[in-house]
Amino acid sequence: MYVLSEADFMINGYYKFKLFGQDIYITTTHISLLIITIVMLVFIFAAKRCIIKASADDSPKGFQNFVEMIVELIDNMVSGIMGENGKKFRNYIGSLFIFLILCNLSGLFGLRAPTADYGVTLPLGLITFSIIHVCGIKKNKVKHFTALFEPFPLLFPINFIGEVAVPLSLSLRLFGNILSGTVMMGLIYGMLPIFLKLGMPAALHIYFDIFSGCIQTYVFCMLTMVYVNDKISD
Amino acid sequence: MNNISGADFINAMSAVGAGLAMIAGIGPGIGQGYAAGQAAAAVGRNPGAQSTITSTMLLGQAVAETTGLYGFAVAIILMFVKPFK
Repeated sequence: MYVLSEADFMINGYYKFKLFGQDIYITTTHISLLIITIVMLVFIFAAKRCIIKASADDSPKGFQNFVEMIVELIDNMVSGIMGENGKKFRNYIGSLFIFLILCNLSGLFGLRAPTADYGVTLPLGLITFSIIHVCGIKKNKVKHFTALFEPFPLLFPINFIGEVAVPLSLSLRLFGNILSGTVMMGLIYGMLPIFLKLGMPAALHIYFDIFSGCIQTYVFCMLTMVYVNDKISD
Repeated sequence: MNNISGADFINAMSAVGAGLAMIAGIGPGIGQGYAAGQAAAAVGRNPGAQSTITSTMLLGQAVAETTGLYGFAVAIILMFVKPFK
């Protein structure tokens, strides 16, 4: 693999320690996640100070306007898909949306996107899976399980595989799209001569990072809401 | 002809497998192109609804891309994770 010696898009381990007899590494993904979490916390605390100082009479300006715009956008998205039941899910979908947008766009800022690591997207898919089934059991009690046998009991394997496929497909879709962007940009920056590296990759960044990242965020949040709404709507 | 060592053979076959896995890219290419054609026809029939049609089309294409990405994930695993050492 000598030709790939300059293009580095793999995950590197930076520090190794032992826990209960296993080797655990601090990797590139941990560092990217730490930076993104710090940025999110700074934004959240600034928004909180801004909202506390605001009065309900004046029209919002500047940063407060921006924060209210984001909240309105997410509220409309959730109410559009989930209707009345959506009031309980706005907080989770809002946090997920902001986290995923920041993660997917972090390739523009020199970080290796955390969602290009399957160990980040799989837990997100499993969280969606647990939300779907906990809400389904709370609403339907036993019918949640007997619904797997509708309309014929013979279709149980197909329904079961359809349920198991939900977290797998959600996580693999996000992982594959962001990883392919990371690999392509890593190859372009690693293998082109220096005079082609200034300016021309900007067009590719627009497609792989901005366009693909934003669409995958929207699709992940929308599919989460659609699956949950399937179980809890009448 | 010299004998090929076992490790080299496994590397070579992993590379061939990665190439074969990317044949899965045909499916989304045809499907998404067909969907884009239907969206263009819909805009032609109803030009006022263009933004709704565009966002519906992009949403459907992002979901339809999934099976192509399964093939990509298998190819990346074969080439870089090399599970068959």
